[in-house]
Amino acid sequence: MTLYDLYLISPQLAVASTGILVILLDLVFQRKGFLPYAAFAGLLVSLTFLVIQSVDLAGAVNLVDAVDSGAAGVLAGSLAVDRFSLFFNYLVLAALGLVTLASVDYVRRIERFRGEYFGLLLFSATGMMLLASATELITIYISLELTTLPLAALSAFLMTSKSSEAGMKFLIIGAISSAVMLYGMALIYGFTGSTQLDEIAVVVTSAAALDLPFGGYALLVGVVLMLVGFGFKISSVPFQMWVPDIYEGAPAPVVAFLSVASKAAAVAVLIRVLFTGFFPIALDWASLITVLAAASMTLGNLAAMGQSNIRRLFGYSTIAHAGYILVGIAAGVRTSGSVTGGPEFVSLGLNSVLFYLAAYAAANLTAFFAIIAVSQRTGSDLIEDYGGLVRRAPFLAVALTLALVALIGVPPTSIFIAKLVIFSAAVKSGLVWLAILGVINSVVSAYYYVRIVRVMFLEPPQEQEASGISPVAWFALTVSGVAMIGIGIAPGFVLRAAEIAVGALML
Amino acid sequence: MVSEASIWAILLLPLAAFVVIGLVVRPFLNRYAWVSGILLIIALAAALALSVLTLDAVIRSGEPHFEGRQWLDVGGAVIELALLIDPLTAIMLVVVTGVSLMVQIYSLGYMRGDPSYARYFAYMALFTASMLGLVLSANIIVLYAFWELVGVSSYLLIGFWHERPAAAAAAKKAFLITRIGDVGFLIAILYLFLQGDRFAAAGLNPFHIPDIWQAAQPLAAGGAVLGGVGLTWLTLGIFSGAMGKSGQFPLHSWLPDAMEGPTPVSALIHAATMVAAGIFLVARFYPVFQAAQHALTVVALVGGFTALFAATMGLVMNDIKRVMAYSTVSQLGYMMAALGLGAFPAAIFHLVTHASFKALLFMVAGNVNHATGTFNMRYMGGLWRRMPLTYALVLIGGLSLVGIIPFAGFWSKDEILSAAWSDGWHGGGPAALWAGKLTLVFLLTGVLLTAFYTFRMIYMTFHGEFRGGAEQERADLAAEGQPNTGHLGEVHLAESPIFMWFPMVLLGVAAVFSGYLLNPQWVEEFGIPKHWITEFLIEGLKSTPLAGVVHLEVPAFNRWMAAVSTVIALAGIGLASVLYLRRSAASKDPLEAIKPVHALLSRKYFVDELYEDVIVRRSFYNGMVRAVDWVDRVVVDGVVDAIGLVSRNLGPNFLSRFQTGEVQAYGVALTLGSLLILLGFLVF
Repeated sequence: MTLYDLYLISPQLAVASTGILVILLDLVFQRKGFLPYAAFAGLLVSLTFLVIQSVDLAGAVNLVDAVDSGAAGVLAGSLAVDRFSLFFNYLVLAALGLVTLASVDYVRRIERFRGEYFGLLLFSATGMMLLASATELITIYISLELTTLPLAALSAFLMTSKSSEAGMKFLIIGAISSAVMLYGMALIYGFTGSTQLDEIAVVVTSAAALDLPFGGYALLVGVVLMLVGFGFKISSVPFQMWVPDIYEGAPAPVVAFLSVASKAAAVAVLIRVLFTGFFPIALDWASLITVLAAASMTLGNLAAMGQSNIRRLFGYSTIAHAGYILVGIAAGVRTSGSVTGGPEFVSLGLNSVLFYLAAYAAANLTAFFAIIAVSQRTGSDLIEDYGGLVRRAPFLAVALTLALVALIGVPPTSIFIAKLVIFSAAVKSGLVWLAILGVINSVVSAYYYVRIVRVMFLEPPQEQEASGISPVAWFALTVSGVAMIGIGIAPGFVLRAAEIAVGALML
Repeated sequence: MVSEASIWAILLLPLAAFVVIGLVVRPFLNRYAWVSGILLIIALAAALALSVLTLDAVIRSGEPHFEGRQWLDVGGAVIELALLIDPLTAIMLVVVTGVSLMVQIYSLGYMRGDPSYARYFAYMALFTASMLGLVLSANIIVLYAFWELVGVSSYLLIGFWHERPAAAAAAKKAFLITRIGDVGFLIAILYLFLQGDRFAAAGLNPFHIPDIWQAAQPLAAGGAVLGGVGLTWLTLGIFSGAMGKSGQFPLHSWLPDAMEGPTPVSALIHAATMVAAGIFLVARFYPVFQAAQHALTVVALVGGFTALFAATMGLVMNDIKRVMAYSTVSQLGYMMAALGLGAFPAAIFHLVTHASFKALLFMVAGNVNHATGTFNMRYMGGLWRRMPLTYALVLIGGLSLVGIIPFAGFWSKDEILSAAWSDGWHGGGPAALWAGKLTLVFLLTGVLLTAFYTFRMIYMTFHGEFRGGAEQERADLAAEGQPNTGHLGEVHLAESPIFMWFPMVLLGVAAVFSGYLLNPQWVEEFGIPKHWITEFLIEGLKSTPLAGVVHLEVPAFNRWMAAVSTVIALAGIGLASVLYLRRSAASKDPLEAIKPVHALLSRKYFVDELYEDVIVRRSFYNGMVRAVDWVDRVVVDGVVDAIGLVSRNLGPNFLSRFQTGEVQAYGVALTLGSLLILLGFLVF
């Protein structure tokens, strides 16, 4: 392992070592108030490395392949440091930074293990950042576990019955899904003789010529089982049952992080695996993704209507948004016009997915930061307890309203553009019915989002528990809110970044 | 010529007012909230001046063309921020800024003392800016964005008094129902995207509105990118968006409820702007509709039917604002029908005159409410003695609405009726078929009903004896044991302050003269050429690709149609006079004698019940949502029971829940889900 190898994973290393450092600092110091800021400082270090890598990438596609000595580094084949991974690393870091700041108030209610709280967040983020880079099945598996296990511990962090239940459920369902995924990976290895995506792709190309689904039954079972693991992480139907329970029970900042960063990282690895490893059989898996997309959108939106707990509601809402994202992934492939009728890559589909993830991150974080602040005041997550919020905390109410309006997809917010691009991509790839279903779903979703707005503005105020919100939490709320509107008004920058990232993936 | 910057300023001035009021005045200077009204009025006055300059420039030197700026690039399809200044836009700019300015001046008085004064003007500014953006945009995506913003800001305005449950419910209803129409609009946009490659091959941008016009024209006119069934569905999609915003049947039911907003809001958004946005949208895409004759037939029939259907409900309403609301829906139906019949300039002409007299009538309702404390006409009466000026103005507005010569509404309505009579303006298309005749029947019957409900409203409000206003209503409600819903004010019978009647007088002048002077029928008047607005709008169409395809000419004044419609209108007024003018205070509404009809009308044909109870609650909510819930619980739990796991409800501690199987159930469902997917691939 050379210094260059270390440099390649320096952003991840910085985050992981910050995690260890925060736990150690927690042991040493009596006053814990500075811990989140220490974690934040570590993120800045990681960010610096990311920026250096971005600059380095100016002359290369993948830094891992760009070793001068001729001999490939130890990471060759298992990790890629390209513009695609950097896009997601920036996204995860941004989400992590904001969640860290928004946790400052929140962790005061946690008596013990405050250092561990931030440590676990950082470890999980390390897993996510690795996930975005991983190009080899074992690495993917390890990174996925590294992402999931700290989140399971964090879900149980409040030690209330609901929180513990959430943690246990997340752990067990996560274990089942990763076991299923591991079976899938084993089958793929058995069929192709490799765990590296580029080598798998070679075998799959020749298999695709056979007239079998997925080019062979082993591949069929392998890919589908592997998708179970990713489906679990991005909370797609039919692997979504855990979502509302976890969203209700886990600490709110953890849920915010889970809904944004974890979903983004899982989408990253899903895209990389499917599009670089299994593209020759894309028409087969794209049809599956299409069905999952339709089911997730529809089920998520319908089930959200009956919810009385705002966090459960957001649980179902995130399932629906996973559906919209899957629409974009399915739109990344279309039947080519050539005689063979093989799959053709449509970059707009993936561009739209990456853009959607950034747009959704901004909107959902804004919503959750407002929810965190409200639940600190009222200690409740019931929608009815949001009654009269506009009079108790007008700015919070306005921020949450904007976020809800964004989640519906109303201009000039980020998700309006995101939905526009994603549905356009679907239409371009011949998935007109899916785009129409998506549009109808967006309208249906307005019903339950508007209901919350109505409660906040209409119903009489509940008794309040006066407790202020720290400037740091305000800062996090403001940053995500400004990003939410900013991406909506001037989407060009993020859209361009998504294009560049996707361009690096498919050459 | 007019500079591009000055046109952008029309949009940016109210937007700046919104930002300043929302971010500076309301948080920090709320003690000086009155500043916000003044700020917005100054911004709008400037915007109006610039709009007039723009109109003047378009009249003198034709349509200016400006380069767009790229905003977004979606897979090769470029979305631009670009201005589209044609006669339609120029006229709309003046109407929107003009009416909005009048409404803001009126609001200074009407909203005085409201604790949320600054918030009110902030919303008004946002609304006006969105409407102006909608009118100015040359790109369908940007237009759609402003379209949605109009929806959002109207949600805020309708629900302005959010402490009233009815207002909050009405706001939500407006938002959701208009969004149902927007589904069609969005699908139309997606269709354009789908045709992106064909547009590109023809050197056109699928989102640039003039390019869409071009694409819809036949090959001879250099188009033929769009055509056939696809074109029909595209136009119907756009029309469905317009139906939502303009309250066309069957998406009309939000509009009367939206009267829960403050009265000046109704004057602005339900008379002149938001509801006119639907008309504007169809007019904006008129060259496209013209190529889709089937769609035009639908537009004509829906418009005609709405004109009649809404007027029937206006007959029995007792709330003065609801009478106006149904009247608005009905008048929008006239405009829509005119568009469907190919009488594009007549529709816009009617939009302009209607904006002036309907805004005026809403302000009358506001004045009346200030004096009596209620909107319920059963508690009004005899107000003409106390409020002579308001009475004079309601007569002007009412006669204009009914369409009596020489008031403004007469000229524009006559134009529409003549178009329906004379087989449309092109001697072909849907107007020549049965659809055109049927529409004419709808519209003429509508004239009778319009005259009747307008004068019923005037008689119940201003004639007879005063019936006690809010005090009496409060007493009656208490006697019936019904709760006081809190919207009743105080009674002080007097004219309103100058702020309120000043804009009304201006609108009253417009309601008298704007009809004839905008469109002199025989000779040039005061330098305004004969048939000015019609010629001007046709001039605009001639610069579109449509000119090469459709023969456009200005119809001459149709004496016979004018005579027939006047007779019908007078008959309606006469009937109302017989029934309502000399009615004693205690007697019942004569229409109640026809019980089943009255019940049907006053319950609005049970449309609300149908939508809310049958469709939303029973079918959708109870049906689909419960089905999902059922799958979530019963099937998942059923699987658990079936495989013999321990029964539920063992104890309250947290372990019990997964001992009872929920986690196992999730695991089972996850595994079954994967198996199902595999099975699916093996079978198909």
